[in-house]
Amino acid sequence: MEKFIKHTGSGVPLRRSNVDTDQIIPAVYLKRVTRSGFEDGLFSAWRNDPEFVLNQEAYKKGTVLVAGVDFGTGSSREHAVWALQNYGFKAVISSRFADIFRGNSLKGGLLTVIINQSDVEDIWAAIEADPTTQITVDLDTRTVSYNSTVLPFEIDDYTRWRLMEGLDDIGLTLKETDSIDSFEGNRASYKPKTLPIKK
Amino acid sequence: MGKTLAEKIWGEHIVRSAAGEPDLIYIDLHLIHEVTSPQAFDGLRLAGRKVRRTDLTIATEDHNTPTLNIDKPIADPVSKLQVDTLRANAKEFGVRIHSLGDAEQGIVHVVGPQLGLTQPGMTIVCGDSHTSTHGAFGALAFGIGTSEVEHVLATQTLPLARPKTMAINVEGKLKAGVTAKDIILAIIAKIGTGGGQGYVIEYRGSAIRELSMEGRMTVCNMSIEAGARAGVIAPDEKTFAYIKGKPHAPEEFDAALTYWKTLFTDADAKFDVEVNLDADALEPFVTWGTNPGQGLPLNANVPNPAEISDPEARGAAERALVYMGLEAGTPLKKIAIDTVFLGSCTNGRIEDLRAAADVLKGKKISSTLRMLVVPGSARVRLQAEQEGLDKVFLDAGAEWRNAGCSMCLGMNPDQLAVGERSASTSNRNFEGRQGKGGRTHLVSPLVAAATALRGTLSSPADL
Ligand code: SF4
Repeated sequence: MEKFIKHTGSGVPLRRSNVDTDQIIPAVYLKRVTRSGFEDGLFSAWRNDPEFVLNQEAYKKGTVLVAGVDFGTGSSREHAVWALQNYGFKAVISSRFADIFRGNSLKGGLLTVIINQSDVEDIWAAIEADPTTQITVDLDTRTVSYNSTVLPFEIDDYTRWRLMEGLDDIGLTLKETDSIDSFEGNRASYKPKTLPIKK
Repeated sequence: MGKTLAEKIWGEHIVRSAAGEPDLIYIDLHLIHEVTSPQAFDGLRLAGRKVRRTDLTIATEDHNTPTLNIDKPIADPVSKLQVDTLRANAKEFGVRIHSLGDAEQGIVHVVGPQLGLTQPGMTIVCGDSHTSTHGAFGALAFGIGTSEVEHVLATQTLPLARPKTMAINVEGKLKAGVTAKDIILAIIAKIGTGGGQGYVIEYRGSAIRELSMEGRMTVCNMSIEAGARAGVIAPDEKTFAYIKGKPHAPEEFDAALTYWKTLFTDADAKFDVEVNLDADALEPFVTWGTNPGQGLPLNANVPNPAEISDPEARGAAERALVYMGLEAGTPLKKIAIDTVFLGSCTNGRIEDLRAAADVLKGKKISSTLRMLVVPGSARVRLQAEQEGLDKVFLDAGAEWRNAGCSMCLGMNPDQLAVGERSASTSNRNFEGRQGKGGRTHLVSPLVAAATALRGTLSSPADL
């Protein structure tokens, strides 16, 4: 996983609330068996609309998505995170994310930043007034900044450390193999196994 | 202070905990399907890792399997690729799989309980958000993403942040014609699609205890639509009776039973939040909008967005009415339906089919619509055929299909056309969920059947 310490880029205002994962990437795109190439399905239902923000020249190069409240609700598909990353987004800002989506994004190295709705509105206003406005998401200082505004955001120490070190979860857990072994040694024998039952 | 049910199960599965870090939680059962697993197996292969516990892992094909001509090769090349990839991965890594054509194939959340693999006090995960279904047995069960699938395959554990607890107390007695589906739709309409966020919901109260295991699964299934990661119901005699005799019921049944009987929320335990719902007042519930929280009793009218004070909710309602092609003020019962879908992990179990067949028996569905009946698993299909339910559906003019997710998400050919309107017993009414431009009304099996007969949204009481 790539390390995330700090990212600066232009913002894309997505003035919609409750954007669910079916809208981020519809189910028909989930049939692939690889991890790349999902950018063509991102927000696919809206991409035919010339007015849609990603179709506007000024926002095509954006790397920071600034979304409405309750972003990422719905299915647990991680493809939603990959689609955003494959497209080129490094961070998503919103006043509230769905739990699973946020978990998926932080594991995959897409930083999801929670700030107040009024601050989201201010960023929207700023990037709509000037689409070249640069937004910096700084994990080290836990701040989002643009123009002269600096907004703190919260993220737990552990997740922040992992993202800044670019550490993958499995590698971290495998260091705990001894604890897992001893836990397994104490599991009740009546717990079911999936091995086929011979009758 | 005592503990809630969810806290008890959580505590019993902590492999390691440290201040400021997520708990490392042991996973008792890992369910796999073709959509969210290929990249996880790919990740294992790339890192040279193995599946740690193939004996706690099981795979089935469901999300994009066809429901017609299942003896032929899958026509859609991409669906075929995913299914073939799952089969190859299962073989390579030694994971038990139930493929199309096998009696145990079906929707992963129907298969687990019917095999008896879903038991109280377990931690269960699957790369599918409706894993919450298994909470009906008093298990802590939740959906995970593909990276987490890989993590569980490799380590049989997951680092997880401890959830908060919410109690939803449903006291009273349901009227005839009001079902588990109506309870959960009413709950979501009440607390909103974000209301359960960060919580494990425990459903409690006399109306919940009265529900069958199937009904409890329907309720827990849609916990995710209320924003919660998991829902649980304390196990009781009904739970134990349901498991007994299933293929994977514990051999040491009494030892298991002794443990299962400890699984309840202590009298002095405290939930972070409590919500109350009056079961006596509930009516059949349907959704009118494009998120599962946009629901109302069937006797109501399509709401007028102008009367909604919260600006977010008002905007969402306005957009929903445009997408759904509905006028404010229209009685919900006047809405004409094109397709009725009976199935999914919410309502594709034998009891759901029985309830719908009971309404349809000896009658014909309206000539203005089609009805698809898709059993949740091949075993449910067989059982229904033994009971003659297939005949009831076919005689009524409905289609009798093979098992799978089908029109719940429209990954296989079972999709709505643009503008087509469905009454669906599934769990999501998002834009395009059942096919691009398709319009979904979520309903119970009883409402689905009555609607099929009358052509407009209806309950059996309208017949
Ligand atoms: S039936 Fe629908 S909700 Fe259930 S697992 Fe399948 S796609 Fe998901």
